[in-house]
This record gives sequence, structure tokens and C-alpha cells, in this order.
Amino acid sequence: MNLLQTLRVAFRALTRNKMRSFLTTLGIVIGVSAVIAMVAIGDGAKARVEQAFAAMGSNMLIVLPGTTTAGGAHGGFGSMPTLTWDDLKAIQNEIPTVRAAAPQLRSVAQVLSEDQNWTTQVIGTTPDFFVIRSWPVARGSLLTQSDVDGGTKVAVLGATVVAKLFGAGNPVGQVIRVKNVPFTVVGVLDKKGQSQWGQDFDDVLFVPVSTFLQKIQGGLGNYIAGTIMVSAVSADATSRAESQIRGLLRDRHRLQAGADDDFSIRNLSEIAAASQEGTRTLTTLLAAIAAVSLLVGGIGIMNIMLVSVTERTREIGLRMAVGAKPRDIRLQFLVEALALAVTGGLIGVGLGLGAAWRLAQSFGWQVLYRPDVIFIAVGFSGLVGVGFGFYPAHRASRLDPIQALRFE
Amino acid sequence: MARVPLVELEGVVKTYRMGDVEVQALRGVSLTIEQGEFTAVMGASGSGKSTLMNILGCLDQPTSGRYRLEGQDVSGLPTERLAEIRNRTIGFVFQSFNLLSRTSALENVELPLLYAGVPAGERHARAAEALAQVGLADRSGHLPNQMSGGQQQRVAIARALVNRPRVILADEPTGNLDSRTSVEVMSLFQELGRGGITVVLVTHEPDIAQYASRVLVMRDGRVLSDARREARRAEVPDPPPDLEEALP
Repeated sequence: MNLLQTLRVAFRALTRNKMRSFLTTLGIVIGVSAVIAMVAIGDGAKARVEQAFAAMGSNMLIVLPGTTTAGGAHGGFGSMPTLTWDDLKAIQNEIPTVRAAAPQLRSVAQVLSEDQNWTTQVIGTTPDFFVIRSWPVARGSLLTQSDVDGGTKVAVLGATVVAKLFGAGNPVGQVIRVKNVPFTVVGVLDKKGQSQWGQDFDDVLFVPVSTFLQKIQGGLGNYIAGTIMVSAVSADATSRAESQIRGLLRDRHRLQAGADDDFSIRNLSEIAAASQEGTRTLTTLLAAIAAVSLLVGGIGIMNIMLVSVTERTREIGLRMAVGAKPRDIRLQFLVEALALAVTGGLIGVGLGLGAAWRLAQSFGWQVLYRPDVIFIAVGFSGLVGVGFGFYPAHRASRLDPIQALRFE
Repeated sequence: MARVPLVELEGVVKTYRMGDVEVQALRGVSLTIEQGEFTAVMGASGSGKSTLMNILGCLDQPTSGRYRLEGQDVSGLPTERLAEIRNRTIGFVFQSFNLLSRTSALENVELPLLYAGVPAGERHARAAEALAQVGLADRSGHLPNQMSGGQQQRVAIARALVNRPRVILADEPTGNLDSRTSVEVMSLFQELGRGGITVVLVTHEPDIAQYASRVLVMRDGRVLSDARREARRAEVPDPPPDLEEALP
């Protein structure tokens, strides 16, 4: 008997007891659909986290100035400027693992176009900033070093600001006013979207740091009234860059061994790694749950197959009498178990994808469908079918045709 | 050179162990059956006739002695080979029909062909032909529970015939049938015998045995008597050929 015929016989046998077959395979259906749905949603979440971190910048470190302590009350990082412009130059020039470093000075200001206004974040920085944040220009050009050197009154706008001030129009070449100072718009940045916590990356406007200090918010002389953004040469180098910057700054600030840092360094790749680690843990947990539910499903299949072998003892005896070999019988029951499990797996995949899509729709999550997971889930349920179907099938094939034919 | 008998048993002994007790079901049976013979095996229950049938059908192996089928010694052959012999050389008919439920008559008849590896087209054709041979050409799509006992047994006979076997072994084929249908079935067997198919029939009803051309009587695992005689011709009494058709 060839495989196709065996398959037909198996499906015939299964459809003879539709309800029972369905209930038997339910364990596999639930297991597989849970895995598919969770992996789809989990991967969507992971991709979103990755996107968010990628949007913030690649291999990025943020150096924050130090703390004040007034009467025992700690002011928190950034409450006192401790980073100098020379520190920035030293970070740029003396640390080989640093690809680029840029100051970031912030202010919130109202921005006016000819007929609109919008209050947004104004950031004074240098061209390196866009390298660090890996943020390309969509239209026009970025800030240049000569803009910084000459203190020109030019601005690069985030997509949200453009939308608020100019609607669909082209802002490049237009003049906007920030704190009553006219700036020429030279470029519009690519849309970056939102951070994980919902902050709009595009609601921002960039001006050269020199112009920022002259026209928007006076500086603090030698000190940087903001933070330093740093990009390491590679993801691997991020931690090394962090410790090298720490050493350099402690040195420059003449901190005694044992004294607290008067600055702090945020390592975004570490945060990203931590959140990815969390996702990985979740995935492992899901895999464990899936394994348990498939195991339970497999036991259900084995149970029903044993019942089926007993019920069909006479049929087995008859098949043997008319010429079925033990291996024909074994194959038949094995294929039945396999068909049950794989059908369950396929239904599970369908349900799982549907559930993931539905959940994603109602919660606005992103869903990522991974063909490899679908393939593995179906393959695994097939494995469960063969694994748990083997014993009943083997028992069927070992029946004595005379006894089997007499079985009541 | 003498023709090789179809079935040749030589001092066949079969011993079963039931717990600690050894039961001798056959105590040395020697017997030859020629092709085309219609043999009835009779005997009380426990006389060994079912064991004899199982050995003849290659479902069981003798404890000692020889069994040659078509001249080939089949005692000691592996299970796989025995399955092939059952498939090609032997057709079984049982008292309780043993049709697969919820499976059409045609598909039931096809079953031996399935294990013989016959392609689908030829399978359908041959199964339909076998059904026609037993007079059920118009019932091929019916399920067993839609047919009368006689019809079911005829489907079972078609199934036994479909692989064109040398011998048909029928174990109490009329045990579950009324006397009229019994005669129908016996007439069918006689017809097969005329076509050259050997039929061995187990029964405990003497009036069924009289349709055979040879009657073996068994007692206590031995052949008590072996008589060839003129078989009574099975003629179905006139009244409605089929009970169902007689109903309005």
C-alpha cells in the first residue's frame, strides 16, 4: 500500500469520528496557536524596541554633567554644569573608540513661520550630532561646520515642526523666527517616529550650537549647559568607550580615587541589550509553555490512538487476514497519529496568526510573522504525532490476526 | 508426473499453551485437497476445525508437521511472506462478515487489492467485477449497514474473490444467515467451485455440508472421516429472491 492510499485510509478513519478527532487534536491546536500568536506579538514588540533604539542612535553614549549637593539635597545629574568645551574636544580627539561626539543644548521656544506658530524644542549642536543619531536629511541640507564656525542663523527642522508650521509646503529657504530671531530653514530631517515612551523625535528644531549660544540661550562660558552625545566606533566598542570616557573625564576633572563621578554616562546599547534580554527570556518561557502543551497534546493523541487500536482490533485482524503486513498496519496508525497532530498544528497556526492579528489590531501592536516559527511549530507537532503515535501503532502491528478477528 | 495437490498437510500438530496447561488442538492431521474441490469440514466445537482453518489460511503455523500450499512448504515462513500468501492465494469468508463499517461495498471489496499494490483504476474495475460476480453490481455504493445479512456476506465473498485466489476458506459463512440466504451463499460457492476455485468450508450444520462434494469430520484434533460424494445442488427456493425486494 503506498503512502497516498495510507493517507486516504487514515483521513477516512479520522473523519469517521470527527468530534473525537477534533477534541484529540485540540491540545496541539491550543499549544501551537498560543506559540504562534505569542511569537508573532513578541517579535513585533522586539522589532519595535529595536527600532526605537535604532532611532535614538547607533552605539550611542550620553554624557551628562554632574550633580549639585546643596545642604545635603542632591540635585541629580545635570543640575550643575561640569562638562567643559575642552572636555568635549578631548573626548573627540583623545579616545580612539569614539567615532563622533557632539554637544546638545536644549531650550524650549516658540517658533513662528509667516502665518503659524508652534512651541517646540530647540537644540543647539554640531554636524556630528546627525552622524551620532544616524539621522539623514530628507530635504535640503544639514548643518555644516562653517555654520557652527560662523554662527549663521540657519535651522534644520524635524518633520513634526514642518507639518505644524508649513503643512505640506516646502520649508527649505523659508524664514522662521525663534525668540524673534530670523532663521533660514536649510533642511528637513527624515521622520524618526516615536520613542518607546511616546516621545515624538520629530518635534524638534536644530540650530548651530554657536548661534544657539548667541541668540537663543546664553552659555556658561567654558561649561556646556547641556549634554554630550557620543557615538562609539562599533557596538562592541561602546562599553570600552564608556570606560575610557569615564577615565578621561575623571582625569580632567582631577577627581581623587574613591570620589564620586561629577558626571554620568548613559549607555543606550546596554539599555537596548537589557530589553532584548527581557524579550529573550520571554521567548524561552513561551517555548517552554509550548513544549508542555505539545507534550500534553501528544499524550492525548497517544491515548486516543490506543483506544482506536482496541476499538478497531477486528478491523486490524481483517486487514491482516486479507494481506496487510505488520508494517502496513503500523504505518497506517502512525500516519493517523501524524495526520491528527499535523492537522492540529495547521489549525493552530491559522488560529494563532488570526489571534495575533486580532490582538495587534485592537491594541495597535506591531505583528511580525516568522515563517520559520510556523514551520517549526508544524514540524514539531508532526514529531509529537509520530513520537506518541508510535507505541499504539506498534501495538496494532503486533496483534495476532486470529485473536484480533475473534475480538468482541 | 502427478499433479501437485493444492493443499497438502502431513502430520500437522498444533499445541496451544493456556497458562500451564498444554492443549493439543490438532493431533496429527494429514490431508490433501485438489484444486476445484468443495470441501466441508465438520465437527463439534473444540474438535480442531477452526485451528485447521487458521493453519490452512496461513494465519497460524503448525507446531510440527508440514503444510504445503501449491507445492510450497509454508510452515516456518516469516510473517511478511505469509501476509503475501494470504493476499494472493487465499480468500477468507467469516461468519460475522467482517466488513469495514461506514465503508462502501466497493471499497470493502477493494481492500485486498490495496495491500497487493494494485493501481486505483484497476482496483475499482476488479472490485466492481467481483461485486457483479456475486450479483451485487448495483449495490457498490451501499454501506454495510444498508444491506441485508445475505448481501453483506456476498460482499465479503466478493472481497475474498477479488484477488483471484486459489482457495477460499469460509468459516461458518452461513452461521448468521437464515436458511434461504444460506442456500444462496452455498450456490455461490458451488458456482465458484465449477470455476476452478477450491472452497473449504467450516460448518456444524449437516444440511449446509451436504452442498459440498467432500465432507471431513473432525473429532479431538483428528480427522474422523473423509468422504467424497455427489453434492446436493443448491437451488434457491422459488419465493422472492431477496427479502428486501419483496417488501413494498
